[in-house]
Amino acid sequence: MGAPDESGRFGEFGGRFVPEALIPACLELEDAFTHAWSDPAFRGEYERLLREYANRPSPLMEAKNLSERLGVRVLLKREELNHTGSHKVNNVLGQALLTQHMGKKRIIAETGAGQHGVATATAAAYFGLDCVVFMGEVDTARQELNVFRMELLGASVVPVKSGSRTLKDAVNEALRDWVSTVETTHYCIGSVMGPHPYPWMVRELQRVIGDEARVQCQDLIGGVPDYVVACVGGGSNAAGIFAGFDDTTALLVGVQPEGGAAIGRGQPGVVHGHRSMLLQDEHGQIEEAQSISAGLDYPGVGPEHSHLFSIGRATYPWVSDAEVLDAFQLLSRTEGIIPALESAHAIAWVAREARTTIPEGSTVLINLSGRGDKDVAQVRDILGR
Amino acid sequence: MTVESALRAAREGGRKLLVPYVTGGLSDDWCEVLRALGAAGADAVEIGIPFSDPVMDGPTIQEASARALARGATPVSIFQDLDGVDAGVPLVAMTYYNLVHHAGEARFAGALAGAGISGAIIPDLPLEESAGWERAAADAGVEATLLVAPVTPDERLPQICERSRGFIYAVSRMGITGERSDVSSSAGVLAKRVKAVTDRPVLVGFGISTPDQAVEASREADGVIVASALMRILLDGGGPEDAAAFVARLRAALDAP
Repeated sequence: MGAPDESGRFGEFGGRFVPEALIPACLELEDAFTHAWSDPAFRGEYERLLREYANRPSPLMEAKNLSERLGVRVLLKREELNHTGSHKVNNVLGQALLTQHMGKKRIIAETGAGQHGVATATAAAYFGLDCVVFMGEVDTARQELNVFRMELLGASVVPVKSGSRTLKDAVNEALRDWVSTVETTHYCIGSVMGPHPYPWMVRELQRVIGDEARVQCQDLIGGVPDYVVACVGGGSNAAGIFAGFDDTTALLVGVQPEGGAAIGRGQPGVVHGHRSMLLQDEHGQIEEAQSISAGLDYPGVGPEHSHLFSIGRATYPWVSDAEVLDAFQLLSRTEGIIPALESAHAIAWVAREARTTIPEGSTVLINLSGRGDKDVAQVRDILGR
Repeated sequence: MTVESALRAAREGGRKLLVPYVTGGLSDDWCEVLRALGAAGADAVEIGIPFSDPVMDGPTIQEASARALARGATPVSIFQDLDGVDAGVPLVAMTYYNLVHHAGEARFAGALAGAGISGAIIPDLPLEESAGWERAAADAGVEATLLVAPVTPDERLPQICERSRGFIYAVSRMGITGERSDVSSSAGVLAKRVKAVTDRPVLVGFGISTPDQAVEASREADGVIVASALMRILLDGGGPEDAAAFVARLRAALDAP
C-alpha cells in the first residue's frame, strides 16, 4: 500500500474536497507529516511513546479454543491490550506529537463509540493540549461511560444534535469547528478518511499493527496467514493491518456492518473531504447507517479501501447485528476475551465462513482492534438480562 | 443575461451589489420569495439546493436545509418549481459537491441551465478539484463561482480570481454561515486583497446580518451576500413580503449616500 498520488488519490478515490478556508491547513499538515515521518528524531519519539505509553508491541496470540471450535487456525492481534483499549491510540499519539510540532495548542476529534475520543482525550492530557470531542447524541447515550472517561481526562464532549446524531454528524460538527479555529487547532481525524493527507497519514500511523503482525506471524507460523481479517467502519484498523500484508499472498478481508456496507451497497460519492464509496439516495443525499456498533455506524468508508476493492486486492463482506452479538459472546466464552462490538464483526465473519468459504485448516489472522468493556451494558440490555 | 454582466452593469451604475439567499423548496411559495426579492432590489438571488450534510453552514441554514429536505425537496423538484419563474434578476445555485457528483457534472450543469439558473457556487470544491466542474459548467453556459477565504495565500488568490466566473465569493471570516453581531475585520482586508488582483465583482458573504453590517462589509467589496438573517425570517413564519421588506431595508442602506 503505497503513497497516494499528488492529488491525494488512491486510484480514483481520495482527494481533497474541503472549503478554501481549510486548504492551507491541509497543505501545512501534509508538509508537517511528510517531514516528520522521514525524520528519525520524530520516529524515535513516536516509537518511544508507542512502547512506553501505549504498551506496544501488542501480542499475537494463537486462539486455540476458538480454532478448535471453528476448524481454522485463528490468530488474534491483540490491539485491545493497548493503553485506552483499542488501536486508536496508535494514530492519536502520532497526531498529538505532530500537533505539538506544528505549534498548535488545541486538538479536536469526532468519535462514534468513544474509543477515538478517549484516545484523543488521553493524548491531549499527556501533551497538555486543550481537547474538544464531538459525539452524536445517540452515541453519547449508548456510550455514556466513555463520555465520562473523556471528561475525566479533561476533555469537553459536545453532544451533536444534528442529522442522524451519530458519527457522520460528529464529523460534520468537527469540520465546522475546525474551519472556525484552524489557525490554532488540529483536527485529529480518527480514521483513514477526510481530505488528503489524512487517509494516508492515519494508515501510516496504524501500519505498526501490520508491521508487527508480519514479524510475529513469521515467528509463530513461519510465514504469512491465508487470511487477514479486520472490521471496517472508516477502516483504520483494517488499513493498519492490511499495510503489513499487502505484498503477500494473504487474502485481505474488511468486514462491514450490514447496515453500513458502503462497499457493495453504496456508490462513489464525496463527503467529509474525500471521494469514496458512500451510502446515498437517488439524489446524492447521504443516507444514515444502521449498526449495533457505534464505531462502525458510518455511511462511508476510507478511500483507500474503495481502491483496494476496485483493484480486487481486498474484499469487503458484511455481517448482521445478530451475527455480531453471537460473535461477541463466542469470543468471550471460548477465549475469555470480551471484544469490542466493532472487532466482533471480524470474528463474526470468520465464524460464519469457517469451513465454508474459508477452507478447513486455513490460517486466519484477526485484528482484535478493541476491547468490549464499553459495550457490556449495551449488550446486556439487548440480550434482556 | 449572465450573472457577471448583470453585476458589472449594476456596479457601473454606481451601486453596491446585494445578493440574498433562499433555500430551495423551503415552502410552497418559495418561488414567490424569489420574485419578491428581485423586485425589492436584489441584483441576483442565490438558491440553496439543500444537502443532507451541509458542513459549511451554521444552525440557520442547517435548519432550512433539513426542513426543505423533510418537505421532499430534491434538486429535480427545485428545478421543476423554477419552471416559468422569472425573478427579474439572475439566479445562482449554491450546493455541495456530492449532489453534482452524483448526478454527473455535465448533467447537473445542464439541469441548472435548463431551470434558468445562470451560476453555481460549490463551497466544498476547491481549486484543485474544480477543473472538471468548471468545464462542465462552462459548456452548459453556467458561471462557476469560486470562493476565497481570509487564509488564502497571496500566490493562490489570482489563480482563483482568474478561474472564477460570475463574481468572486469572499468568505468574510474563518467559520461557517450564520448571523453575527459584528463584521469581521478580516472581511475588509480580504476584499481589498481580492480587488487588487481582479476586476470581477467581489461579494462578501458569511455573517452579514443587518443593514449596517451590509454597508460596512461592502465598503471595500462590491457588495454582499445575505443568507442566514433572511432565512431566519422565513423559518420563523415570514412570507415573501417579509423577506422583501428585509431586503428593501438592506437595499436602502446600501444606496444611502
